[in-house]
Amino acid sequence: MRKTIDRTFVALTLLSTVIILAMIAIILGNIFVNGTERLSWEFVTAAPQQGMMAGGIFPAIYGTVLLVLIMSVVAVPFGVLVAIYFAEYARTESRLYQWTRMAVNNLAGVPSIVFGLFGLGFFIQTIGRGMDRILYPGHLVYGQPSIIWASMTMAVLTLPIVIITVEETMRAVPREYREASLALGATRLQTIFRVVLPQSWPGVMTGAILAIGRGAGEVAPVLFTGAAYFLPQLPTRANQQFMHLGYHVYAMSTQSPDVEATKPLLYSTVFVLLVLTFLLNLTAIIIRNRMRQWSSK
Amino acid sequence: MEQQIKITVRGTNFFYGANQALHDVNVGIRQCFVTALIGPSGCGKSTFLRALNRMNDLIPGARLEGRVELDGQDIYSNSMDVIQLRRRVGMIFQKSNPFPMSIYENVAYGPRVNGLIKRRADLDVIVEKTLRSAALWDEVKDRLSKSAMSLSGGQQQRLCIARALAVEPEVLLMDEPASALDPISTAKIEELIYQLKRTYTIVIVTHNMQQAARVSDETGFFLNGRLVEFAETKKIFTAPVKHETEDYITGRFG
Repeated sequence: MRKTIDRTFVALTLLSTVIILAMIAIILGNIFVNGTERLSWEFVTAAPQQGMMAGGIFPAIYGTVLLVLIMSVVAVPFGVLVAIYFAEYARTESRLYQWTRMAVNNLAGVPSIVFGLFGLGFFIQTIGRGMDRILYPGHLVYGQPSIIWASMTMAVLTLPIVIITVEETMRAVPREYREASLALGATRLQTIFRVVLPQSWPGVMTGAILAIGRGAGEVAPVLFTGAAYFLPQLPTRANQQFMHLGYHVYAMSTQSPDVEATKPLLYSTVFVLLVLTFLLNLTAIIIRNRMRQWSSK
Repeated sequence: MEQQIKITVRGTNFFYGANQALHDVNVGIRQCFVTALIGPSGCGKSTFLRALNRMNDLIPGARLEGRVELDGQDIYSNSMDVIQLRRRVGMIFQKSNPFPMSIYENVAYGPRVNGLIKRRADLDVIVEKTLRSAALWDEVKDRLSKSAMSLSGGQQQRLCIARALAVEPEVLLMDEPASALDPISTAKIEELIYQLKRTYTIVIVTHNMQQAARVSDETGFFLNGRLVEFAETKKIFTAPVKHETEDYITGRFG
């Protein structure tokens, strides 16, 4: 009897695994089969035409990559600084640490549409409009949706991921190394930059990877902050709007004049979005592995 | 044979929060002597050692009362620069802890962070000199750029000693430096301690009483946070005054 229960349980865990694998296979298989049908060099290098029913998606690819890059440049250094404070300076039993740490955790759980509204209210209405009032009175320059504000909004969304990952990595650096450094007459700052951080680079990259994965896939935060339905030209300035793959998928699937005709394009766009996210992650993973080899040499 | 007093500890109490770890310790540690600290686990000898270069400052809630003087200067006074103090009073830890960097970089770390060197050539000289002082040069001279992690346990510990010597300290604190090593590596460390005491004042915490007897000039016996007895090593091991000391060294407890 006990043996039967035992075997049934093993079978149950196995079955669950198979179901999950099957679902992933169906989703990816479906996207791959339908997505590669219309895929061509032109599709990834040309701009959309005829109300998105023909042409390519290059502006959306460009916009997404740019968004993710600006986001990373903002979120990673800022997140590392916060993580340094948390892991190296803050006392874990202090009220300040516990409250800020809880705030960061909560921030990670806030729905992404809320970040979108926050970006609109804070970056565009407050900061952007404020900049315009002081720098360009009477003109609308920064007080409007644009790639810079969308990237900033996305950076705020991904910041908790970076902070939490980097803090954990820094805490994992053995205390012995810090003590050895301090016992040699190094300051805390020297200890952080010469001993703790070099050992935390792989963790910083992991944080970046997770942030990029999240940032490339989210649509809601860019809805009100800078993504455009269609643009004839690529953005060349920080205060211009941009096209975004995720938003493009949304636009095509809800606002196309002919849903059936757009379908193959839609599939291909989703396929490109997946490949792009995968490539961005792969790049970060390769960099991380290089760092690991380098730091263990 | 009389040596000048390098470190003077007066009426020192030490607390971890509400927990008192040292009770009214008074002692003078002599220059260019090896001073051994013995006693059972938790007796306060490591706490005492770490009080001498203020490593305990890193522990939240740690507090010291009394005076600890290095060359007559109170190291716990506000005017004391802790960074400078730790450069003068080096430390070797129980678990060898070379940085995950090259052998060269490990030794160069201290001079670099202290801004002691101007040119790369000077650094090369310091690295070679200190590795020789730590009796490691011949074993590593052909692989200075290799990771310190590729060394054996005993070599790693000698590298840590070299690293500490590279900032030209006056005092070396050693917290059971050989407790994780095999007898041959231990013998090398002890030989090294013997060599180093010509130049440095050494305070060593050890669980190994033969080691204390072999390497030290004076020995202090700690029990329950009190320095029970402090005297010439020969005297401690042959004619201790306190019966607790005798009980401990004859193996009746601890």
